[in-house]
Amino acid sequence: MTVDTIKNGIVIDHITAGLGMKIYSLLKLEELDCSVALIKNAPSRKMGKKDIIKINEAIDLKADILGYVDPDVTVNIIKDGKTVEKRQIALPERLENVITCKNPRCITTTEQELPQIFKLTDKENRIYRCIYCESKAK
Amino acid sequence: MRSLIDIAELSVKEIDKLLATANDIIENPAKYAEKCKGKKLATLFFEPSTRTRLSFEAAMYELGGNVLGFSEAQSSSASKGESVADTAKVVSCYADIIAMRHPKEGAPLVASMNASIPVINAGDGGHNHPTQTLADLLTIKREMGRLDNLTVGFCGDLKFGRTVHSLITALRRYENIKFVLISPNELKLPTYVKESLKKDNFEIIETTDLEAVMPELDILYMTRVQGERFFNEEDYLRLRDSYILTPEKMQLAKEKMAVLHPLPRVNEISVAVDKDPRACYFKQVLNGKYMRMALILMLLEVE
Repeated sequence: MTVDTIKNGIVIDHITAGLGMKIYSLLKLEELDCSVALIKNAPSRKMGKKDIIKINEAIDLKADILGYVDPDVTVNIIKDGKTVEKRQIALPERLENVITCKNPRCITTTEQELPQIFKLTDKENRIYRCIYCESKAK
Repeated sequence: MRSLIDIAELSVKEIDKLLATANDIIENPAKYAEKCKGKKLATLFFEPSTRTRLSFEAAMYELGGNVLGFSEAQSSSASKGESVADTAKVVSCYADIIAMRHPKEGAPLVASMNASIPVINAGDGGHNHPTQTLADLLTIKREMGRLDNLTVGFCGDLKFGRTVHSLITALRRYENIKFVLISPNELKLPTYVKESLKKDNFEIIETTDLEAVMPELDILYMTRVQGERFFNEEDYLRLRDSYILTPEKMQLAKEKMAVLHPLPRVNEISVAVDKDPRACYFKQVLNGKYMRMALILMLLEVE
C-alpha cells in the first residue's frame, strides 16, 4: 500500500498497532482540512506491526495526548520533503482536558466547566490520578 | 497564603508545630483568647455535619474571632446552581478563612483554587478529612507522649474508612510504626495502601482476630462500619457486629493503651468501655477543637 510522502507536516511513527485510531480521535484530526493518513498494521522490523499517522500540515501537536496514549511514538517533523527533526515523546506529568474523571462522587461530575486535570502519580505503572478526587484514570 | 486540603500537605515539622501550639493553647487558653479578634471564619457546610461545624465554630470563638456561614446546601446559593468556585470568590469578600464540608470529592480543592483566603477541608465525601487526622495525632501524642515507636491497631472498616487512610498517611512518616490491621475479609485495607507500606518496609500484621493482637497494641483505632456503604442490609448487619469492643476485651490490652474512634459510634464500642481510663474518644473530640484553633492560627499567620 502506498501513501504519498508529505512535503510539510508531521509523521507520527512507531504507534503501537491498534492505538492509531485513538490518537487520531483524541488529537481531533478529523477536524483538519489538510490530508491526513492513518495507516494501520504497517509492517515494522522493530515492532512486527505498527500504526502510522501522516498529517500534511505543520499543526501544533498536543504532546501530552501522545505521551499519555503511547509514549513510545516518534514524531518526525517534515519540511520541504525532508525530516528535519525527530522527537521522542515523554510521559506527561500532567494532563489537562485529555481524559475525564469517571468517579461519580468527583466534583467534576456536577461542575462540568471545571478543567479535567490528571497528574502522573506512578511513572513505573503509568498511573494518572484526578487532582480533585485522586481516582485512578481509566 | 495557604490552605489545607489533604493531611499530606503538612510536613512533619509543621505537624509538630501545630501539636506544640495546641498543647500551649491547652496550658494557656487566656493567651489565645483574642488572637483572632476582628477575624471571621466562614463555615460553608454543603452537607450537615453538626459535630465538625461546632468544633470549627467553637475553635474560632475561643480565639476571639467571629463565625458566619451555612449548615446545609439548601440554605446556600448552591441551591440556585452557583458553582463552588463562585461561592469561594464571593465568600472571600466577607471572611478571612473558610472551613468547607462538601459531599463531592475535590470540592474544597476547587474552592482553594478560587478563593483569595485560606480554605480548610472539613471533609469532602469519603475522600479527605485532614482536621480529624490532626485531632487523632494530638490525642496519640498526649496519651503516649510520642508519635514514633508505636504499634497501632486499626479495627473495623479499613476499606472505606477515610480516617484510617489519612491517619496511616500521617503516621508513616514517623520512625518505627507497626501497623496491625484488624477487619473482616470484606472490609480489608485496600491493596494499594498495603503495597505502598510494604514497599517502604513497614511491618504490617493483617488479622481478623482482635483479641489475639490486643496485648500488642499501643493504640487501638476503632471505626464504624457504615450502613450506606452496603447494598445489602444482611451483610451490613453481620459486619457491623464483627468487632465490638467490650470491657472483657479491654482486659487483654496493655495498661497504657489508648482507644480512639472518630465518632459517631453505633455499637462498636460498648458504653461500658467509656469508664475505662484508656478510652480516649471523647478527649479526641476536645483535641480536635484545639488542633483546629492551632490550624486557624497557622493559616491566618497569627503569631
